[in-house]
Amino acid sequence: MSAPTITQPGVAASQPLRKDRMRAGDTKPAWLFIAPFALFYVLFLIWPTIYMVVASFFNTSIVQEGFGSFAGFGNYQEMLTRPEFWSAMWHTLQFTIYTTPPLVVLAFLFAILANRVRRGQALFRLAFFVPFILPSAAIALIWNFIYTPASGLLAVVQGWFGVEAPSPVLGTPSIAMVGIAVTTVWWTIGFNFILYLAGLQDIPRELYEAAALDGATPWQQIRWITIPMLSRTTTLVVLLQIIASLKIFDQVYLMTGGGPGIATEVALGLITTSAFTDFRVGAASAASVLLFIVIVIIAVLRQLIDRAQERRA
Amino acid sequence: MTFWNLFGGGDGARLQLMLDQYEQEQGGSDALQAATFAWGNPYYTKVSLATLGDKPPDVAVAHATRATNLARAGLLTEITEDVLASVGLSSTDFTPKVWESTVLDGKAYAIPLDTHPFVLFYNKTVCRDAGLLDADDELVPIQGTEQWEAALAAAKEVTGAYGASVATVSETATPWRFFQTLYSQRNGSTPFLSDGGTELTFDEALVADTLAYLQGLTGSGLMPQATDYAGSQTLMFTGQSAFYLQGEWEITTAQSVEGLEFGMVPVPTLFDQPACQADSHAFVLPTMERSPDQLERAMGFVKSMLDQSLAWAEGGHVPAYLPALRSPEYAAMEPQSDYAEAADYAVYDAPAWYSGSGSNFENIVGAQIGLVMQGIASPEEAIASMRSQLGTYARTADPLS
Repeated sequence: MSAPTITQPGVAASQPLRKDRMRAGDTKPAWLFIAPFALFYVLFLIWPTIYMVVASFFNTSIVQEGFGSFAGFGNYQEMLTRPEFWSAMWHTLQFTIYTTPPLVVLAFLFAILANRVRRGQALFRLAFFVPFILPSAAIALIWNFIYTPASGLLAVVQGWFGVEAPSPVLGTPSIAMVGIAVTTVWWTIGFNFILYLAGLQDIPRELYEAAALDGATPWQQIRWITIPMLSRTTTLVVLLQIIASLKIFDQVYLMTGGGPGIATEVALGLITTSAFTDFRVGAASAASVLLFIVIVIIAVLRQLIDRAQERRA
Repeated sequence: MTFWNLFGGGDGARLQLMLDQYEQEQGGSDALQAATFAWGNPYYTKVSLATLGDKPPDVAVAHATRATNLARAGLLTEITEDVLASVGLSSTDFTPKVWESTVLDGKAYAIPLDTHPFVLFYNKTVCRDAGLLDADDELVPIQGTEQWEAALAAAKEVTGAYGASVATVSETATPWRFFQTLYSQRNGSTPFLSDGGTELTFDEALVADTLAYLQGLTGSGLMPQATDYAGSQTLMFTGQSAFYLQGEWEITTAQSVEGLEFGMVPVPTLFDQPACQADSHAFVLPTMERSPDQLERAMGFVKSMLDQSLAWAEGGHVPAYLPALRSPEYAAMEPQSDYAEAADYAVYDAPAWYSGSGSNFENIVGAQIGLVMQGIASPEEAIASMRSQLGTYARTADPLS
């Protein structure tokens, strides 16, 4: 049975039999099937969200009973007037800007290249995907070694090219975030790569054959067949990537701890520190609500842009 | 019996020997479950959350500067004289200064193990060549900035690289320890924070001047501008610098370097009075329902560790347990006894809910000092940034009370 049967009365009326059956006997088992998931969903998502919104208006401390004294908009005022909060929000955005374009474009490029390889395709697929299955802790260790000032891999390579005393990547405020972004691109490109590869293999070969007969160059084939045929995949990849990048936490926590200074402190880092190290759940909740609003705005904006594009097309 | 700690590196290896000894006393490795976590804020976050979640370890290690905050948050069991007496201890068995640092409103919440001052390591081979050693092959005492700079310059001649090294990159604790040591040596230096952290009371002119001095040391090439924790050690171990500044616990790492001849002394008095940044490790009993049996077992473990204070002292730490500190064995330990006096003029971080070893305070201030030493920020910029970031914490209502 399809979703419209339930939500659209007009359609449902034309299928009275099904609808009746739904009402009479099926809803109970349906609810039972949903229940285990719903329980966890309410317990670990809905309830914490409500708690977060409520706590954001109180001086809630993790080591005190209850919500604590009423703060009104005090927590929001503190966050909105606090330079560290804005810098953390900016760093989150900065990371998203640094990582999303390469993770989409490079994944697309590598997928096309890997798809064209005739021999050893499995090896290339594996090579691009393997970093993704490593835990963030392992990634952080590998890249911390690469970035080690003076004796790390990068410093040695820079030495070959005559760069003496290169700035330590993770120790220099202006480039630390770039270092983390490069790490992340290497780490997570495999996921987008696989999505694109799957999309590529769904494109019928006949299209390319027909285009080749008409004299289309390989570049023209990519431009007029591959890219349009993959537009749905691209939409998905971009959305997933933006959301994933806005959730940046692990790499920063493990590689720089937000440093040097607060040069790489991101929104989730600030929230975690406020809630669990400073014990200030109220203030952290206010910051979470603000981040939540930003993510909703970005998601809605993207949806609107998408719709506008579809209408044009 | 579960035990949590934050000891990595040489400390971790040393602790393992002591834990093995305890297990032997208890007759088997089932007696103890020890876990080591990442140093600093992550560790204290873990201990706090586990205690709130009613799953704390029986015994945990805490810095004296952090234990008082844990106690104020209601996360620690009080250590009464009765509890101490149950394993034959008393509060008078500990260095008074260290014991006092764990007391909150007249109640003690921690059993101190040691004091760990920031000290000066020196490479004997380099210093000998630079003419900095006396007839007994010990470092000729250095006093004042002039002698210090002269010594570094002489050493730099020999090494061809640096005179002294201290970590400035990917580190917040080390730059803070170095800065706090020198700042506290100056007449008129006031505590960084007062009134439980609600007031920023550092002497701005002295801080700026001390920062400028540090920047001068790295800017002139006597010390490296950019080196991380491990790098700063390697420089001294490999003879590329004569001196290395860090907590005394790195003695274990230095001893493991084959062919390295080194000594350790308190950080020289470059300014008006001797002082050095320090903290103490202590045992705490997180809040939980304890049967008398469990309490006895926990205290038995603490006593066993204290009895092995000399083994711990091998790892560089100055014992807080007087029977060990006053023992002839400790007095005979070289180079441990050479810097033990540093514990007498140790300066602890100013108390505040956001201060202590590895705390937000150290992270904020240490990061800025690191940037100054790297030559990236000016002292004025660093102070402005410290003020702005610490100001947020100072204005925030204390979440512990």
